[in-house]
Amino acid sequence: MLKTFAKGGVHPPENKFSADRPIEVLPLPAKVSIPVSQHIGAPATIVVAKGDKVKVGQLIAQSAGFVSANIHSSVSGTVESVDPVLDSSGYKRQAVTIVVEGDEWEPTIDRSPELKRTIDADAQTIIKKIAEAGIVGLGGATFPSHVKLSVPTGKKADVLIINGVECEPYLTSDHRLMLEKGHELMVGIQLLMRALGVDKAMIGIENNKPDAIKYLSDISKDYQGISVHALKVKYPQGGEKQLIKALINREVPSGGLPIDIGAVVHNVGTAFAVYEAVQKNKPLFERVVTVTGKNLAKPSNFLVRIGTPVTDLIAAAGGLPDDTAKVVNGGPMMGKAVTDISVPVTKGTSGIIVFPANESRRKADSVCIRCAKCVTACPMGLEPYLLIRMSQRMMFDKMEHERVLDCMECGSCSFECPANLPLLDYIRLGKSEVNKIIRARKN
Amino acid sequence: MNSIIITAVLVLSLLGVALAIVLYLVAQKFKVIEDPRIDLVEAVLPGANCGGCGYPGCRGFAEAFVKTDDIGSMFCPVGGNDTMAKAAEVLGQTAEAKDPMIAVVRCSGSPEQRKRLVEYDGASSCKLATALYGGDTGCQYGCLGLGDCVAVCKFDAIYIDPVTLLPVIDEEKCTACGACVKACPKFIIELRKKGPKGKRIFVSCINKDKGGPARKACQVACIGCGKCVKVCPHDAITLENNLAYIDYNKCKLCRKCVEECPTGAILEINFPPRKQKVEGQAENVENN
Repeated sequence: MLKTFAKGGVHPPENKFSADRPIEVLPLPAKVSIPVSQHIGAPATIVVAKGDKVKVGQLIAQSAGFVSANIHSSVSGTVESVDPVLDSSGYKRQAVTIVVEGDEWEPTIDRSPELKRTIDADAQTIIKKIAEAGIVGLGGATFPSHVKLSVPTGKKADVLIINGVECEPYLTSDHRLMLEKGHELMVGIQLLMRALGVDKAMIGIENNKPDAIKYLSDISKDYQGISVHALKVKYPQGGEKQLIKALINREVPSGGLPIDIGAVVHNVGTAFAVYEAVQKNKPLFERVVTVTGKNLAKPSNFLVRIGTPVTDLIAAAGGLPDDTAKVVNGGPMMGKAVTDISVPVTKGTSGIIVFPANESRRKADSVCIRCAKCVTACPMGLEPYLLIRMSQRMMFDKMEHERVLDCMECGSCSFECPANLPLLDYIRLGKSEVNKIIRARKN
Repeated sequence: MNSIIITAVLVLSLLGVALAIVLYLVAQKFKVIEDPRIDLVEAVLPGANCGGCGYPGCRGFAEAFVKTDDIGSMFCPVGGNDTMAKAAEVLGQTAEAKDPMIAVVRCSGSPEQRKRLVEYDGASSCKLATALYGGDTGCQYGCLGLGDCVAVCKFDAIYIDPVTLLPVIDEEKCTACGACVKACPKFIIELRKKGPKGKRIFVSCINKDKGGPARKACQVACIGCGKCVKVCPHDAITLENNLAYIDYNKCKLCRKCVEECPTGAILEINFPPRKQKVEGQAENVENN
């Protein structure tokens, strides 16, 4: 019997069209727009000006605080402007736009393809390098990785969990990365283990990727302390609390963090980026992005420079199909429709999904009949039908008592609701209002 | 048989009397003495319980009103000066008359002037839409037209115009309670001085983008050119973040800025038609 998490969960159709497409390097774009707010936390402070020449890997925006991340240029060329640009948030936000000229890398970056297995950095150096490289959680949450690795005093991690679940339908970027960069990934995991001071790492992979499970299980024998675990397919197993429950059967307390129960979770993409940053001196300026869709000519996995317009990715995957009505940045469950397909790829862009018109619209909503399907589906044990009522009636103080902040916005409730109610929309509103109440209370 | 009835009646009567005495004594012991003026003040208030004054309902306002040292600091926007005069009379004071206010919608981006680029089919709520994206046009500051302000108005003073898709405020019904100002997630609605005979001038735009992008997104956007600031003889206009703002306390309603504005972002309301009709601006007046 395969392991999985206990509470809730749904089974959306998988639609992983690009699973057997190897990662291709996307040709350099003509121009990139790199937003300075690609992570959770304070936006980075821009350190270049219009007209400056930059190289690949050069720092263009400095981390502004502990919870923030450095941003590096993903191309070489001239800074065209430092102005707000529309990004996938649907708002114009500060960004550095660079016109691409050639492909000149910072000389400090080791571009050789050889695997560098020997680790000579100590924990502090590793964390420092990760912070300098601007690495954030590449699963989509974009939380700065060095913060997760800096374990607060009094707490101790005993296991590192590596998230290779990729439970979102359509997406295959992590799957391909595990198949093609297995050894680099393993070294990355060992670096993370050293940074945390743990001697055990567990990779969780859902059972719909048997090739990745087999390959990583085989090579993990060469790396001490790393084990691979197959998990039953269930969304949202990639949520860190769900993954911890599935793998080590511990539960993160409400309002707490995984470190409270001795676990730290990192995505496979993050582990690979850590390998490149520490062993190869390469900052995070490119990532693997799945470009997919039912009617797309060539669903693909691309290695993309951060800041590349989504238009370029879609063109490389065979162009935008005629009946396209919606383009989603991220997975179909948690991703967000973009308002313009020229928005740039950011560190958190795990996929671009092109939806045809007949799958783009929301279905007409009706009334709640209290069937409690949302309650059954919620992996956090919340009561979405109740939360939407409270949110609609602006009873935000009550929502706080109902633990609305535990919601991770996985969308399982909206997915299951037979009345098609906008449950998640209202819960999200409630979360932001509750956060306002909490901030006001602190001040 | 009779004796049973008599006994029952007697016992119950005695019980009743005894409990009445207990209740009376308790009521005397825990008597709450309330200022009788609270009731009098509450009686003259409109009773809308809208919260526009900042207190929880009219009773809350009345309670605070009889206690305050400075009645000038309190104001019932719904009742206005008449109500405040009556309420002050109850306390034996006189209330200073305040200029009546009205809510204004600082966006003129109808579909004609502001092209719709994307389609939103989520729940009809501006708050929810704001959490998802900047808006269905190129302007992320402008009105979404989903009617959070209409839903919150207790006086039926706002409706969404079916042609411009913008909220329209009914001057007769608006009490300046400020509920719509708080409800708008884009901060488009502002309370401004109603002005003599309802005449008022304001910048009907809150786009803080630079001129180029602003104009590209919407033809009637404020592009921050600063012409109005230069032409204003009363120093009433300030320019900040590419956006002009008219201070209604300084504005003398000379209308020079309206003529000067190259995009027609400044609106004049309730003015008689000009002798020399300038194209474009007359339309704007009607739109509002």
